[in-house]
Amino acid sequence: MSDKIRIATTSLAGCFGCHMSFLDIDERLLKLAALVEFDRSPITDIEHCTNCDIGLIEGGVCNSENVHVLREFRKNCKLLVAVGACSINGGLPAMRNHISVEDCLNESYIDGIGVENPQIPNDPELPLLLDKVYPIHEIVKVDYYLPGCPPSADVFWAFLTDVIEGREPNLPYELLHYD
Amino acid sequence: MKKFIQELCEKNNFQSVHLLTILRKIQTKYFFISKEDIEILSNLLKIESTQIISVVEFYSFFHLKPRGHYDIFLSDSITDQMLGQQSLANYFAKKLKLQLGQVRDDGLVSLAYTSCTGMCDQGPAGLINGYPITQLNKARINTIVNLIETQTAIQDWPRSIFTVNDNIYKTDLLLHQEITQGEALKATFNRGLIATLDELKQSGLRGRGGAGFNTAMKWQFCSEEQSSERYVVCNADEGEPGTFKDRVLLNKYANQVFEGMTLCAAIIGAEQGFLYLRAEYLHLYSSLKVVLADRYEKNLLGNNILQKNINFNIEIRLGAGAYICGEESALIESLEGKPGIPRNRPPYPVVEGYLNKPTVVNNVETFLAAAKIAIIGGQAFAKIGIKKSTGTKLLSISGDCERAGIYEYPFGTTIRQILDDCGAKNVLGVQVGGPSGTFISNQEFDRRLAFEDLATGGSFIIFNQQRHILDLVKNFTHFFAHESCGFCTPCRVGTSLLKKQLDKIVDGHGSAGDVVALEELCQLVKNYSHCGLGQTAANPILSTLQRYPEIYQSKLKAISYEPGFDLNASLATARQLANRDDSGAYLAQVEDE
Amino acid sequence: MNKTISIDGKTIPFKTGQTIIEAATAAGVYIPHLCHNPDYKPHGSCKLCTVKINGRNCSACTFPATEGQEILNKTPELENDRRKITQMLFVEGNHFCPSCEQSGNCQLQGLGYYLSMKDNHFPHFFANRELDASHPELLIDHNRCIFCNLCVRASQQSDGKNVFVISGRGINKRLTVNSTTGKLKDSNISVDDCAAQICPTGAILKKRTAYAVPIGQRLYDTKKIDEIALEQENKE
Repeated sequence: MSDKIRIATTSLAGCFGCHMSFLDIDERLLKLAALVEFDRSPITDIEHCTNCDIGLIEGGVCNSENVHVLREFRKNCKLLVAVGACSINGGLPAMRNHISVEDCLNESYIDGIGVENPQIPNDPELPLLLDKVYPIHEIVKVDYYLPGCPPSADVFWAFLTDVIEGREPNLPYELLHYD
Repeated sequence: MKKFIQELCEKNNFQSVHLLTILRKIQTKYFFISKEDIEILSNLLKIESTQIISVVEFYSFFHLKPRGHYDIFLSDSITDQMLGQQSLANYFAKKLKLQLGQVRDDGLVSLAYTSCTGMCDQGPAGLINGYPITQLNKARINTIVNLIETQTAIQDWPRSIFTVNDNIYKTDLLLHQEITQGEALKATFNRGLIATLDELKQSGLRGRGGAGFNTAMKWQFCSEEQSSERYVVCNADEGEPGTFKDRVLLNKYANQVFEGMTLCAAIIGAEQGFLYLRAEYLHLYSSLKVVLADRYEKNLLGNNILQKNINFNIEIRLGAGAYICGEESALIESLEGKPGIPRNRPPYPVVEGYLNKPTVVNNVETFLAAAKIAIIGGQAFAKIGIKKSTGTKLLSISGDCERAGIYEYPFGTTIRQILDDCGAKNVLGVQVGGPSGTFISNQEFDRRLAFEDLATGGSFIIFNQQRHILDLVKNFTHFFAHESCGFCTPCRVGTSLLKKQLDKIVDGHGSAGDVVALEELCQLVKNYSHCGLGQTAANPILSTLQRYPEIYQSKLKAISYEPGFDLNASLATARQLANRDDSGAYLAQVEDE
Repeated sequence: MNKTISIDGKTIPFKTGQTIIEAATAAGVYIPHLCHNPDYKPHGSCKLCTVKINGRNCSACTFPATEGQEILNKTPELENDRRKITQMLFVEGNHFCPSCEQSGNCQLQGLGYYLSMKDNHFPHFFANRELDASHPELLIDHNRCIFCNLCVRASQQSDGKNVFVISGRGINKRLTVNSTTGKLKDSNISVDDCAAQICPTGAILKKRTAYAVPIGQRLYDTKKIDEIALEQENKE
């Protein structure tokens, strides 16, 4: 094992926009690569989290699989970070929260325009929907929050450099956005 | 329908201050307040329809959708629960073939819970079409169900169903004997108004609603305001769960209460008074009207009272189900025909009260005591009790004891004495002053009834060793969330968050940081809320957390965090629609460690 | 003019009849607030302007300034509690900033930024609220209403109308529109009314004006709410 900071990332009920924004740190990626290594993340193909220093969670919790993944991260990451509006308050996916799950599924698989062979999928491989989309802090304990939709590349950079250099993470006013 | 409303408005001089009175009549006659009614009222009273909707939505006994022709509410006080109300409610619902909280499909009957109806000494209790039913049991429920199914008119029901007992067990200065009609007024006039106010000062009488403001001072402040009009209001919105003394006072000592109001009017120079009677005490309305009529007849009310060139009228205004209206400025708003939202203070009601005129608002018991003081003098009153708490205090005792009812004690009496008198055994603790008061444990029975120690509006609920602390905390916390008026953020959102957070712990979903989070939230609601409701809403949690931290801790799981909702239940709809029952269709509430 | 109060140790003059927030604003001291607007009668409901006066919590927008008051305003304790009260407002409604046209110009958001609020802390209510897009020029998104009562007051006190009333009780409060259908299109509101402009959040919006200024370059993106509020409120 190297002494590099180990980071895992995932997107639950999110759009990967936060991940894209993370990549927007551009050439600073090279600096980062010298200091950190990635565990489970879309950029590594590692399937399950091992012991990590930081877990970055994008997206809220909309189904049973999200719960499992989130728990895996919580279990393995020293610092669990809610990244982006969806992980913090459910975000756009949570706009379904005033519609019943039944109506959602019926619209998608039964009554929707252009639906052929209408049926609600029952493959055990498919995760089931929760009644609502939940922010991650309502499922597990969360250590830090990086708001934004998405948080800008500078937010990621500021947060990670703070942690790497052993400072208490702090977002200055100009980096704090909810949109 | 239109004619009925037209006449109703006419009778109330088309004044919007009578909105509650008018809406009560419409609700009673049609079982709801329809959109059309609201439009008609809006035109007749010249107020916006939204203003009427805001009133309808604010009060528990007004409804925009039809209730059953027999509209039943079961009292949800902790004492009702302790007497088995929950299983009786289920039995009632089953017998009536409906779901609790629903109106039956045929529209004949509806059944729901309501906040404490002030019958804790004779529960489980409830209301049918506004009238109290007490000492409910299966036999009584069977009778009631039968009367409903046969569509027997309420006035033809056996009177015994509506019997309300006074249950006075201990009398002292005030309850020993009611004053002779007119005696206090005559004494006041003989002595002189200013001299009588002096007597009141010497008596040290403090408001009996619980807050304990000096009564003479309040009257004096009001009388000193420059104004052509002043008002006297008697606060009979006795909504604190566990208290029912005003019910008994207004049933048995109404003359003395009205006399207290009248002498207040004479002293401050008011010509109009109101008795704001909580909706749950509708059964007292007609007898109170009789008492008033009698007083008018005897020239103790009306014009030129006892030929002393003093005019004073008393009108009874009924509430419509809102605990917050016990707060004096909310009560005034309600008297003005509005939602009962507490005002910003200052100005205080003695400066700007009803219709923005100087107004004295006092508790029923305060007026009762004032009338007595006018007769016996301040010294005689001040002799009783202790230093900062003179006179006696009426207690409404309920819960685990042999004789629940009304007790009058000199201030300074120990809790132990009170518990002995009412036959309370194996006591775990007492909720003194109702949910907004304090819970004291059985280590504190030497504490005293006094403003200096245990101040109370009169609610005194006893719990024996078989009771669970968290049951009562849960009941009280839900009560406040239900009764929050919603005006200010910390109370509107905070009381509902308190309910969620407490339920999370009580229902076993709490983990390491949850009690700390609960306490933080308590402090926030307590320190930032607009009025007494929010400022005391966290008391049940705080006072028990202080005394029994281990009970809360024992509910917590030794894990870092657990969701506050049931994960499996959250998957239930999707599971059912996908017709799945495999292991992947379920979630463990907490992760295997 | 020699009567003074003290806020966080700073001596501040006041005139008789002024509230604490009025005296503070005039002296360039910002006290956080949402339901207060100097053009309208104080409401005292959001409780963000709570200050400690001689040790007791009071709403600065309604409480009169009197000689010698020792007031605490910008203390860690008060700022921490104000953040929690702001978080309460965020979880009560459905405040999805990324999808809100008012984002960046929203006072609720501006206050969140000012108080360094990074999360919503409490469990969300996800209340069922409606959207009223019936009016040709205006829109009400009830998801974003914080019951500050400003539209109610603006309509009554500036527009001489009575378009809005807050109904309901407790957590079930709702903004109601005065019209036979309850819809905004059937009310007598006009797009130029003060009531149509006053909303501190994105609950009442003018249609087709949303993205004139791009996200990221708006009011609170660049400047803090204390500066902006003091500028605006001292202009009048």
